[in-house]
Amino acid sequence: MGFQAYVGQGWVLSKLEQLINWGRSRSPWPLPYGTACCGIEMMAALASGYDMARFGAERPSFSPRQADVLIEAGTITKKMVPVLRRIYDQMAEPKWVIAMGACACSGGVFRTYSTLQGIDQVIPVDVYVPGCPPRPEGLIYALLQLMEKIKQDHPLYPQLAELKKGV
Amino acid sequence: MDFQERVKACVGDDLVSMTEFRGDVSVTVPRTRIVQVLTRLKEAEGLKFDFLSDLFGVDNSALGKGKKKGKKEDEEAPAAPKPPRYEVVYLLLSIEYNHRLMVKVQVEEGQMEVPTVTSIWKAANWPEREVFDMFGIRFKGHPNMKRLLMWDGFPAHPLRKDYPLEGEGEERRLVYGDA
Repeated sequence: MGFQAYVGQGWVLSKLEQLINWGRSRSPWPLPYGTACCGIEMMAALASGYDMARFGAERPSFSPRQADVLIEAGTITKKMVPVLRRIYDQMAEPKWVIAMGACACSGGVFRTYSTLQGIDQVIPVDVYVPGCPPRPEGLIYALLQLMEKIKQDHPLYPQLAELKKGV
Repeated sequence: MDFQERVKACVGDDLVSMTEFRGDVSVTVPRTRIVQVLTRLKEAEGLKFDFLSDLFGVDNSALGKGKKKGKKEDEEAPAAPKPPRYEVVYLLLSIEYNHRLMVKVQVEEGQMEVPTVTSIWKAANWPEREVFDMFGIRFKGHPNMKRLLMWDGFPAHPLRKDYPLEGEGEERRLVYGDA
């Protein structure tokens, strides 16, 4: 479902929710968090060959405070868990997470004492990308899936609940 | 004098045993004498082991378990005397002569301390920390005897053979407001 609006002379009628979702889904600025070989595929997806910026992932943000999508590409060791959690906590709402690759999804081949068996044990994940590593097309497909998810979001519901309480 | 004789002469009375396997010579020396032996091997004329290429630990407690199939019991060689549980192995290289030597010390349970060789090679710093991290063998006199790979507070030594591969459920969590 695309963006729907009624336009007349000097006015536009639409749903504010649709407008917000339209803006959010078309500017998912990624925070690249590459910890293994998946990071290389992520770099390829971001670079000019695949050009993820076409879908609004315009600027890889190296500060979590200005990022919308955490792309966790690679193995997370248990020693690394507090770092990942802190990065996620520092991101401003609204925020989403893509778990890229077998390691981020489930620990992958590293079924050992030192490896986290999937980042969803620590932070919530929106889209999982299987593969070892997934091709850049896989990551771009995940981003498109995430955009679909964002479009179905209801960003105004919390504020509406607050308003009802106040009135 | 060939290589093995030169090594034997250099190690002298500290030699516990000496073996050769397909051209690789290894000597075992007493745990407490390792610094003196390695210093001599580094400085001896004709040997000059000036480069420590690796330092690691071994857990022998699973030795002999998991025998190969198709081999009958009576065909096997008589069981060798069981070595001490742990070993620390030093791999030496002489850059001048391009020859190598393996030096081992045996570490019994209950005597888990080996003198550090960081005074001879600075490069021994991190490998010794790794051995401490993975096996729990401490190095006496080491400048920074902390874990290298696992986080501080990790309760086990994971390369010991009695430690399960998938761990014992150790987790590290982010705690805010903690010193």
